[in-house]
Amino acid sequence: MSRDSLNIMIGGEAGQGLVTIGQVLSKCLIKSGYHILVTQDYMSRVRGGHNTFTIRAAARELDSPTEGVDLLVALNQETLDLHGKELNSGAVVVAGQDLTCAGARCLGVPYKELAEGRHVNTIALGVTAGLLGLDQELVADTLTTALGKKKDDKVVAANREGLAASFDWLAKQEADCGVLPKPQEAPPRMMLGGNQAIALGALAAGLKFLAFYPMTPSTSIALTIIAHADELGVVYEQAEDEIAAINMALGASYAGAPALVCTSGGGYALMTEGLSLAGMTETPIVIAIAMRPGPATGLPTRTEQGDLLFALHGGHGEFPRAILAPGDVKQCFEAGYRALHLAEKYQGPVFILTDQFLADSLRALEPFGLEGREAVRPGGQGKEGADYRRYEITPDGISPRRLPGMGPELVVADSDEHTQQGHITEDLELRVRMQHKRMLKEKGLKAETIPPSFAGPEEPETLLVSWGSSQGPVAAAARRLRDEGQSVGTCHFSQVWPLDPEQFAPRMARAGSVVVIEGNATGQFAGLLKKEAGIIAQRFIGRFDGLNLTPEYILRQLAN
Amino acid sequence: MVKIEDYGEIETAWCPGCGNFGIRNALIRALVDKGLAPQDILLVSGIGQAAKTPHYIPCNAFNGLHGRGLPAATGAALAHPGLKVILTSGDGCNYGEGGNHFLGGLRRNVDLTMLVHDNQIYGLTKGQASPTSLEGMHTKAQPHGVHLVPFNPVAVAVSLHVGFVARGFAGELEHLAGLIAQALEHKGLALVDILQPCVSFNKLNTYEWYKQRVRKLEKGEHDPTDWEAAIKLSYEFGDSIPLGVIYENQRASFQEFFPVLKDGPLAGQGTDYGKLKGILESYA
Ligand SMILES: Cc1ncc(C[n+]2csc(CCOP(=O)(O)OP(=O)(O)O)c2C)c(N)n1
Ligand code: SF4
Repeated sequence: MSRDSLNIMIGGEAGQGLVTIGQVLSKCLIKSGYHILVTQDYMSRVRGGHNTFTIRAAARELDSPTEGVDLLVALNQETLDLHGKELNSGAVVVAGQDLTCAGARCLGVPYKELAEGRHVNTIALGVTAGLLGLDQELVADTLTTALGKKKDDKVVAANREGLAASFDWLAKQEADCGVLPKPQEAPPRMMLGGNQAIALGALAAGLKFLAFYPMTPSTSIALTIIAHADELGVVYEQAEDEIAAINMALGASYAGAPALVCTSGGGYALMTEGLSLAGMTETPIVIAIAMRPGPATGLPTRTEQGDLLFALHGGHGEFPRAILAPGDVKQCFEAGYRALHLAEKYQGPVFILTDQFLADSLRALEPFGLEGREAVRPGGQGKEGADYRRYEITPDGISPRRLPGMGPELVVADSDEHTQQGHITEDLELRVRMQHKRMLKEKGLKAETIPPSFAGPEEPETLLVSWGSSQGPVAAAARRLRDEGQSVGTCHFSQVWPLDPEQFAPRMARAGSVVVIEGNATGQFAGLLKKEAGIIAQRFIGRFDGLNLTPEYILRQLAN
Repeated sequence: MVKIEDYGEIETAWCPGCGNFGIRNALIRALVDKGLAPQDILLVSGIGQAAKTPHYIPCNAFNGLHGRGLPAATGAALAHPGLKVILTSGDGCNYGEGGNHFLGGLRRNVDLTMLVHDNQIYGLTKGQASPTSLEGMHTKAQPHGVHLVPFNPVAVAVSLHVGFVARGFAGELEHLAGLIAQALEHKGLALVDILQPCVSFNKLNTYEWYKQRVRKLEKGEHDPTDWEAAIKLSYEFGDSIPLGVIYENQRASFQEFFPVLKDGPLAGQGTDYGKLKGILESYA
């Protein structure tokens, strides 16, 4: 049987190596010319529990995960018990001989016999790769690279033997999980998750300083930057807390290093004091927030889009900011790149809002071109010389930025209300002019706002509106409805602040009804649309059970 | 040649007679002594009376948030290794609100100079107890006296093997200028805890009180490289309070772990797109 796309789920306990299996399979699929889209569901524990790594694979581009499993790789009984009911018709289960998989087409793998003391997950990988028709050598080489081993290593040899044994065993079985059509062409593609892409985008923009305090699901942004820091000359530090992290980054940025901090909701809560400092001192800073469900510690490893308004309103006092909300991994790269440039130009905070779903979602991407990219060059703006004034009042609100110790100018930055020279003042008339100057930058930011992208008919009966990571599932749901003959359009925001109603309000008004779909309980973006553009959504569909939106979930809700 | 006049007089909002004046003058003297011009230095501070110092000395300045001076100074010092970064803030700021940063900073050992104006009280918020207030001190906020054990920054710094730990007194200008000059020379984090009378709110630890107790360490009296002796000395705070260098060692500074900082400020370094291309290709 041939399928348009395959959903492969690997399930087991943390510590059983399911992520390694998943990553190697994903890489092999990409190298064989397929597109992939990974969703990871894991519990907040290092060993045990129940985790899944799901790869959707197809010969065509994929924008969304889907429900229903075509190939279930069960590393334990719990996986079968929990996910047996999600199997599509014709699905195949790969499980150990000792497990019970009632009712499904089950390949009982004699792990003990095949493994002979080698890792069971190598056998599971081999059997699964074989079922998918992947090349044995390719799998072996990819596994070797993933393990960070040299080819002459003993461990490598053992893994190769394990893979060979599992491919041989599979050849003797009658097994078919539905074959994907062979890809037409296989241009070289990268495998990247959202967080990795944000990090690489920031590096492409000339990031020079990173400070962070670990918090799931943001940590991989920091780890990706650190992995390349020595090569690219980036200074980094794991701070004593998030308060220190953002203040360090602000100190570094003041002194000329393009800087980023990354965290999740709870850590951002601590950073809000420093965020406000960025607003007052007009110091460029990029804050990447990988959202997870709250309030408080919430569901540490799950996903939600619950911190939009917090990103927008965090920090005391009033000051301009921009919030980017990439919808896919490619947009994550662009957001990382753009955020640093915007922060430098407007001298203040720029957010990147992502979430666990997008952060951990590996996808196949064509390499990013670096042509025409430029590194941020801090400190070159405006007038120099002895009469230099850090907070000079200008028509666009952007004051000349110089760097301390790089020229004759003295650069004075202050958290108190200050004079144009940067010194403390309680001149209330000046306070008004200064606040006005700072807020003026919002105009510039607004003029540079990325417009939302519309798809589907110009005047649809139903317009599905989304922001950030919901883009793909919403697009997929709309496609299915259009296939059924319905008039459905989509509108996705990859920047959620500032909003420029001229970019979208007239077209939204032409839709029969507007449905806002987001990963939270209260319809935060729907509220923002109403407040900023007077657009009243006829419906709001929210998801806040910790799982990512899927087209099926959206369709079920729409049908209700 | 840098002259005292380069740092001329600036009008301040400090109370007449405040110990902060002595510290400001000693700092200027040390800067001139080390040949540091206003462009060469960056003063970073938090919030409080002491933390206003960067406004009262011509220099590059980053006057940040209460308690957060040290992390900001850390970032600036890491971004621009050529800048002389000096943190000047109060005891409440550095040891109270910024307590976790103080501990982190002592362990991190970034090359910068930390001057704490230790008046054993909160000045700017008008006279509440600070982490270094002595037990039993009465204030409006502590009407029954302070119950908390006073924080001993010098002992904590010595216990963590901070490379340069000293105590000075705002009433001993020459001596203090000497200590600050030594601190500026030290590679790594240098802490000078400075006893600073607050004439408006601290009626206990006055000039007189300090004068009766402080004693300058005599030449040869104490070997600052002897850690155990330094620990012992750091606990001497009562009828006799030693002034001078309490502890010294030569640990590698945090900056030394980043080869990129040998090439000067990060701002000038650009991005190697050739290398980045290679990195992107490694994800294929
Ligand atoms: C987050 C925050 N909390 C409280 C304050 C109010 N505040 C300003 S200065 C200060 C205490 C300053 O004491 P210290 O650091 O000892 O400096 P001094 O004024 O005595 O020189 C406080 C609590 C503040 N500015 N920010
Ligand atoms: S309140 Fe105390 S510390 Fe503040 S300026 Fe006056 S005397 Fe100095």
